[in-house]
Amino acid sequence: MNERIDVKKTLKLYINGAFVRSESGRSYEVKTSTGEFYANAALGSRKDVRDAVKAARDAQESWQQLTAYNRGQILYRLAELCETRRHQLETELSEIEGLSLSNAKKEIDTAIDRLVWYAGWADKISSVYGGHNQVAAPFFNFSVIEPTGVIGIVSESSSSFLSLISQVAPAITTGNTGVVIASHLNPVSAITFAEIAATSDVPAGVVNIVTGDYHELASWIAEHLDVDGIDLTGISEPEITKKLSQLASVNVKRVLSHHVGNTTHANEPSRMKFWTETKTVWHPIGS
Amino acid sequence: MDLHDYAAATESTNTVTIESQYGLYIDGEFCEPASKKYFDTINPATEDVLSQIADANENDVDRAVTSASRAFPAWAALPGSERAKYLYRIARILQERAREFAVLETMNNGKPIRETRDFDIPISVAHFFYHAGWADKLEYAGYGSHPQPLGVVGQIIPWNFPMMMLAWKIAPALACGNTVVLKPAETTPLSALLFADVLEQAGLPPGVVNIVTGAGSTGAALVEHPDVAKIAFTGSTNVGKSIMQSLAGTSKRLTLELGGKGANIIFDDAPIDQAIEGIVNGIYFNQGHVCCAGSRLLVQENIVDEVLIRLQTRMLTLRIGNPLDKNTDIGAINSRAQLTRIQELVSTGVSEGAEMWKCSSELPTKGFWFAPSYFTNVTDAHRIVREEIFGPVLTIQTFRTPKEAVEKANNTPYGLSAGIWSEKTSKIHFMATHLKAGVVWANTFNKFDPASPFGGYRESGFGREGGRTGLGAYLKEVAS
Repeated sequence: MNERIDVKKTLKLYINGAFVRSESGRSYEVKTSTGEFYANAALGSRKDVRDAVKAARDAQESWQQLTAYNRGQILYRLAELCETRRHQLETELSEIEGLSLSNAKKEIDTAIDRLVWYAGWADKISSVYGGHNQVAAPFFNFSVIEPTGVIGIVSESSSSFLSLISQVAPAITTGNTGVVIASHLNPVSAITFAEIAATSDVPAGVVNIVTGDYHELASWIAEHLDVDGIDLTGISEPEITKKLSQLASVNVKRVLSHHVGNTTHANEPSRMKFWTETKTVWHPIGS
Repeated sequence: MDLHDYAAATESTNTVTIESQYGLYIDGEFCEPASKKYFDTINPATEDVLSQIADANENDVDRAVTSASRAFPAWAALPGSERAKYLYRIARILQERAREFAVLETMNNGKPIRETRDFDIPISVAHFFYHAGWADKLEYAGYGSHPQPLGVVGQIIPWNFPMMMLAWKIAPALACGNTVVLKPAETTPLSALLFADVLEQAGLPPGVVNIVTGAGSTGAALVEHPDVAKIAFTGSTNVGKSIMQSLAGTSKRLTLELGGKGANIIFDDAPIDQAIEGIVNGIYFNQGHVCCAGSRLLVQENIVDEVLIRLQTRMLTLRIGNPLDKNTDIGAINSRAQLTRIQELVSTGVSEGAEMWKCSSELPTKGFWFAPSYFTNVTDAHRIVREEIFGPVLTIQTFRTPKEAVEKANNTPYGLSAGIWSEKTSKIHFMATHLKAGVVWANTFNKFDPASPFGGYRESGFGREGGRTGLGAYLKEVAS
């Protein structure tokens, strides 16, 4: 009897809540850690990036305007669905990145626990970083913490899933939306994350994932006028960080990178604070 | 003599001594610039030369940074409670010498003495007093249990509030244990140079604060100096972007307070008398040289006629002229270059079909002056609606619904300030929630306080000044 032929999955981009092929029709080979063919992933194009940014922009205001309690629940739901898919995630890390199963398990544990940690932050950050300001005049003055807007995220090649969660969660917890450039070597975990997001009440457009070559994709995000911030912690080459940071000045994007003294730890609230703006409101006190 | 005539009430300049020439303040003393070059600083209301100012070149900036680097370890190691006492001293000395600073600021900047006396100098004092209190409490500020200073910070400030900008920059930097190289604006260096004397009186250790004067190339040398750990810049968005490019890929930290095109939104249920005052304060305060000015007036359509009549009536009472006169409301434009920029943008407004109304006051013949003005018949596409004019020029548009007001207010690359005028609290909160602006003034405008974070969204920059939040610009979290 013949061995059953298994059914392979086409790896697509995740834009505006839908799984789509690159409009460019391009693809590239994803290999296993031992160098064998694993799948063809979409090699995203500039148009794909622009579609993803548009989706993120369109989704941003309503994501921000959800109650923080609701956003927190949705982040928790993400953690729940990661848990149910953990074997798939572990297998992918093991096959593509060559992690031992026990290390893969540890990484998924940390990633899921981190999502839960961020879920709890959604309705607390503004009271921790904002609050009443005691001005020297008869005014009621308070500061609130609001999201920066649309964040471009370049994902790391190593520890791809944990890095992805560590970059995406602090951005979306506070109401930002994101365009993620997935790890070039292992886009598979990012696509699995997209499938998790698609089935866990995360509104379409809040997280968008483009696979491909970040050397070209990242510069299109860095120079896009509708992107408010860019997370370059996934890039280790100083020259590329420099070039992207220069492009980011076009509209005064907030830039997070390992090469600037502004990096914060992924599991500190300051990472989340980085993608926020402080808004201060004054009102007279009178009778 | 008509209703609005007053006898002159000119503030005496006897309290102020201006040297004929100023060097650079480095390592606790004034020294000649290596460049050997000096430039004139003038009184923009008279065009009289007040003094000669040293033009610092790269070598001078290097000396200043070296001095700040040398002073850093001891200053950072000083107990916060001791740093606090220096800052309290500075605050007290500034209070004692308030009149002197107010007069000097008015002479060098052109802004009315009423403003320097009642606003610029008192709020500068308040910033030192407020931050003095933080110096020994930083571990409670939310930056970890062992927050550390960054090192030498380079600070570049604009000419619109020379002394207040100095205080906003220096007070938090010193409280957090950093040492400073400050570059005042090219056209308004005198109050910063007088401040060096305050530092002497306070006994601040040499090198903790260094002051280098000059223009853009001096600032660029400071930005590019390898031993500077952080740049804090307040100024135009274009210069801010070029600083971002210059620092890209380096480990230097950066905060930017840039331009704005703030919407001041008047609803039909606004307290109308206060709103008219708020419009005037929003755009004509400090000759409109205010990054957070309410330069775009948005009026609910059904009350626009009434608002315009009342606004004109109020504007006709504005007194324009000698900034040292205590009755003056509107002083001189800070420089010829700025006056030219205002005139160019205004003529663009006229040629693009907008209708201009301006106060018909007679303007002095010497100095740089521009009568308070507004434009109607403008759209979001007009350059005068999109670009920061940084002068006493308002554009007026209408809207019908709160949602439309939000859309128009947010239709700008900037995001610094906004004003809301309404007696309906839920509407105020709706607007405040949806406006993309770092500061929202509801039923007031242009209010500032050291306890209140200030700074912008989007192309108005990043980072905040003031409050607990503002300390983040001068501290790093270190894992304990």
